[in-house]
Amino acid sequence: MAKITIDDLRHSYMAEPKAPEDWALQQLDVTFDDGGAYALLGPSGCGKTTLLNIISGLLRPSHGRILFDDADVTALPPDERHIAQVFQFPVVYDTMTVYDNLAFPLRNRGVAAADVDRRVREIAEMIDLTDRLDKRASGLTADGKQKISLGRGLVRSDVNVIMFDEPLTVIDPHLKWQLRSKLKELHQRVRTTMIYVTHDQTEALTFADRVVVMNQGEVVQIGTPVELFEAPQHTFVGHFIGSPGMNLLPCTVRAGVAVCFDHDVPTANAARYSGGGDTLEVGVRPEFVRFAEDGFPVTVTKVSDAGRFRIVETRPNDVASPIRLLVPEGTEIPTDATHLAFDVERTRLYADGRVVA
Amino acid sequence: MNKTENQKAWLFVLPVVALVAFNAVIPLMTVVNYSVQETFGDNTFFWSGVLWFEQVLHSERFHASLGRQLLFTGTILVIEIPLGVAIALTMPRKGVWLSVCLVLMALPLLIPWNVVGAMWNIFALPDIGLMGWTLNKIGFDFNFTRQPGDAWFTLIIMDVWHWTSLVVLLAYAGLSSIPDAYYQAAKIDGAGRWAIFRHIQLPKMKRVLTIALLLRFMDSFMIYTEPFVLTGGGPGNSTTLLSIDLVKIALGQFDLGPAAAMSLIYFLIILLLSWIFYTVMMRNEEQ
Repeated sequence: MAKITIDDLRHSYMAEPKAPEDWALQQLDVTFDDGGAYALLGPSGCGKTTLLNIISGLLRPSHGRILFDDADVTALPPDERHIAQVFQFPVVYDTMTVYDNLAFPLRNRGVAAADVDRRVREIAEMIDLTDRLDKRASGLTADGKQKISLGRGLVRSDVNVIMFDEPLTVIDPHLKWQLRSKLKELHQRVRTTMIYVTHDQTEALTFADRVVVMNQGEVVQIGTPVELFEAPQHTFVGHFIGSPGMNLLPCTVRAGVAVCFDHDVPTANAARYSGGGDTLEVGVRPEFVRFAEDGFPVTVTKVSDAGRFRIVETRPNDVASPIRLLVPEGTEIPTDATHLAFDVERTRLYADGRVVA
Repeated sequence: MNKTENQKAWLFVLPVVALVAFNAVIPLMTVVNYSVQETFGDNTFFWSGVLWFEQVLHSERFHASLGRQLLFTGTILVIEIPLGVAIALTMPRKGVWLSVCLVLMALPLLIPWNVVGAMWNIFALPDIGLMGWTLNKIGFDFNFTRQPGDAWFTLIIMDVWHWTSLVVLLAYAGLSSIPDAYYQAAKIDGAGRWAIFRHIQLPKMKRVLTIALLLRFMDSFMIYTEPFVLTGGGPGNSTTLLSIDLVKIALGQFDLGPAAAMSLIYFLIILLLSWIFYTVMMRNEEQ
């Protein structure tokens, strides 16, 4: 068990990186507290798997350090870091039984046979594989195999962190939910630090206590699911998390007030803007927009049904991108020109993608 | 479900039937025909029943050739399969050297059989061949044209040189299909080199190794050209393998009946052993 600190980390797969896009990881300083459930969330190619492999020791960073508590482990190989990893595609030792698979990491470390047996049975019980211990691992379904992968991490008592690299990719949809709840339950039971890499916001938000959102090799925000939803620190977080994502309106700032399409839009933070941004945008989630008698003038262009609510698309003019809002089922929707009101506390000014603080 | 009867389909199968008939069934039937008849030339034949089969099965000459054949095939399999796997394991996983290795490995496979035989014949000659001369210089009494042991030695290393590459290429194909995640998981699980080989690489290579074993078994059991060019079956009969013996009977002595019977027995042995190999190797798969 340990606190994991990523200190001034950068990584490139090239020998001599020059341009910023040569770096797979730009500049990271992250701390994972002991016993936490974390998710690394981001689109494909954002560097989350690279970061995971650096923490596990499969990859050596070009620059920076990894600390487990106060010990520098940057140069240590995976087996000396006491970590466990569950991969995207289930890795089981085909020729062995489920029992031998679970016992494998312990036997490799020379643990006494009696301890191995006790530990394997205890973990098999936890991951519901007790009745299949004598079966060949190759005969199990994908979710069973992923449980074995996870079990090989859990059997070891010295594990600092268990990492998951998109572990539900090959699992049937109806089992995904089950396995996800199982992971959550296991985390509460064993309290080992877990880091879960995914590009699926539902998986990240339901599993993790804290979510690390990454984009283009950078961490754009670390926060609880509620923080990511209510207070996105970056426009990327705004549109990557939430469905539909956050509305972004191009704007200018005049005397501490954001102005979009020649209309003042009250925001929570425009007054703090002190200049310097190339691209200025006002961001507000569809959940915090409603129809109003007066306010921001728009025309309704499209209504889609999404079950308990409807997604309404409106446009301030013919060329601008749409502003979406969520309307509960049964609400009357204006058919033509109307006005929108934004929840001021949840409407923020972003300069070059980052929230103005 | 309703079945539609459409006899026209036979027309489409006909070309293949004709082709298979001409290149396999008809020649084989000719052999079957010879194997149950006696001829004294003049294209007249008499029915002889299973006489030739009995004769071949009880012939000491056949037993001796079969014994040599089994020894030869057994020896080259024991050498080539592990050696091929070992070489495949040491090959680079990517880069320029991989291409270099693959080309080098493929080279012996591209050389015609009789050229291989001729090459090794000259290479091993005790007076002018590089290998034969060197062996004699460093104190071995090496002469593959006179000493059976030396003939066998040359025969075996010629086959190993010619065919280990095939095992290497197949084993390498098996190895390169293993996803990196397996090696990473093994590292994290603290597995050593042997455990990785035993529990990841070997199981993943099993299918291609089955194919390699079958191919090498069948090919080596039927080998003719290389030993014919290298030793011609000698000295004496010491390297007369089944195929060489068969040709001697069929074309040297022109005993069509016994030769035909021997061919069929030869064919059935290969079929039977291949089936046993395949069944044994695949049995675990189904459990």
